[in-house]
Amino acid sequence: GSTAALAGGPSDDKLIIDDEMEIITRTAAPEGHPLDEVISGWHYRTKETRALEADSFQNPGMLYVERGEEIWNTVDGAAGKSCASCHGDDGEFLKGIGANYPKWDEANNRPINIELQINACREANMEAKPYKFDAADQKALTTYIRHQSLGMPVEVDLTQGDMKSWWDKGEELYYTRTGQLNLSCATCHEDYNGNYIRADHLSQGNVNGFPTYRLKQSSMVSLHNRFRGCIRDTRAEFPAAFSDDLMALEVYVTWRGSGLSVETPAVRQ
Amino acid sequence: AMMAASAATAETVAPDSVPIEDMELKVSLTGAPGDATTGRETFADRKKGNCLACHANEDLKDQLFHGEVGPELNGVADRWSEEQLRAIVVNSKAVFGDQSIMPGFYTMNVGVNVAEKHQGQTILSAQDVEDVVAYLMTLKEN
Ligand code: HEC
Ligand code: HEC
Ligand code: HEC
Repeated sequence: GSTAALAGGPSDDKLIIDDEMEIITRTAAPEGHPLDEVISGWHYRTKETRALEADSFQNPGMLYVERGEEIWNTVDGAAGKSCASCHGDDGEFLKGIGANYPKWDEANNRPINIELQINACREANMEAKPYKFDAADQKALTTYIRHQSLGMPVEVDLTQGDMKSWWDKGEELYYTRTGQLNLSCATCHEDYNGNYIRADHLSQGNVNGFPTYRLKQSSMVSLHNRFRGCIRDTRAEFPAAFSDDLMALEVYVTWRGSGLSVETPAVRQ
Repeated sequence: AMMAASAATAETVAPDSVPIEDMELKVSLTGAPGDATTGRETFADRKKGNCLACHANEDLKDQLFHGEVGPELNGVADRWSEEQLRAIVVNSKAVFGDQSIMPGFYTMNVGVNVAEKHQGQTILSAQDVEDVVAYLMTLKEN
């Protein structure tokens, strides 16, 4: 009947951006991963949404890349510097950097993500105020930085500092059931990926496309915003952005998608 | 004394003392039968049962987007008794095991960090559960 019209599973398409850059959207899972294959969320979206991401002129997220480049080159703060003053304006410095976050931050003795690295440079090197979580400029600059690693495989270095214990903590959180609905990340993204939950086609919940352009919200969505949304949907209180819990989840969930290409700005529903 | 005793039996069974045994819940939570018409609405209501998130159901084919996480519920009353269906809706984990994705709709067996506005509350009320069970009992194919 009409109720069975939905067909589950990831699509068999290949993602090739502008007919020239092949994106790794499926790859063998790293050792110790509960699934055999890691698959990008791109495969679970509709044909139309997939096509938007494959064409950089149509991808609405590309506007944020452009905006991010502007910010990169704009002087701000008491030191009278822009990001480009120290790191150049040709994008060379940033190649590959976005594929290797989160990283260990020796000074603060915890992992750091791109948003926090931006804030660290703003405060220490530009004498500018750190961005508030999800400020428009934070999202645009993060999108620009990640986009400079488009196509490169995601890899987190778990041998740095104490990264392994943050991975452990992230794994524990991934399997902890939260909220009145009593669901964990794994219940939805490990046990039921490929199935429709109402109108949403469940993916493996990988992070290689973040920040992502969400059609539903007509804007960029940061990773911690997405985490918080998923936790809130279990009818639980959600942790603060950049809190230990969400940083631990970021370390662990990024590892789960090891080997997938950076897709930023990915397009999602 | 007689009056008090009969009042007590008519009381709603509290969610932390629901007597599920052998995958069955024999007594109505309210002591009264549910209403299938209301139950059909509760089943579909996204803020209440939201059962369509996971279950397809021919009887509600006018509603868009039926999930496919759980089994289709067409003819479910042919497969399960009323007592079993009540146990499934009240606390699915008592029937399918702890790993089930299906939430328990009238149980205190919940996850950590429940949002403040939902603390100490069940997803459905005792009356809602009885209504949904009455509705499920209408889903027969044989
Ligand atoms: C009730 C089900 C459910 C739970 C529990 C859940 N999610 Fe999600 N999540 C979704 C849905 C639905 C989407 C959007 C479709 C998709 O990509 O899976 C999503 C999307 C995501 C995405 C974006 C994927 C992409 O390709 O853009 C990430 C990352 C994610 N979830 C991580 C998590 C983490 C981490 C947890 C636990 C803290 C979690 N989710 C818990 C349902 C859930
Ligand atoms: C006054 C100089 C200066 C300015 C201005 C500056 N940075 Fe930095 N940045 C540094 C230094 C020094 C480091 C540490 C380099 C190192 O040792 O890896 C660094 C590191 C970084 C890194 C980490 C590189 C890696 O290998 O992981 C990123 C990303 C970065 N900066 C981005 C930015 C952004 C975005 C801005 C503007 C908001 C900015 N920086 C402004 C000096 C600066
Ligand atoms: C988040 C997903 C989810 C939601 C929401 C959900 N269920 Fe389920 N349900 C399942 C799954 C999955 C099963 C199969 C047993 C299992 O694997 O745990 C199931 C099994 C059942 C069964 C047994 C079906 C059969 O044919 O064996 C019934 C009856 C049922 N659910 C009723 C309901 C009702 C009524 C609601 C809403 C009040 C509901 N479910 C909400 C996931 C869900």
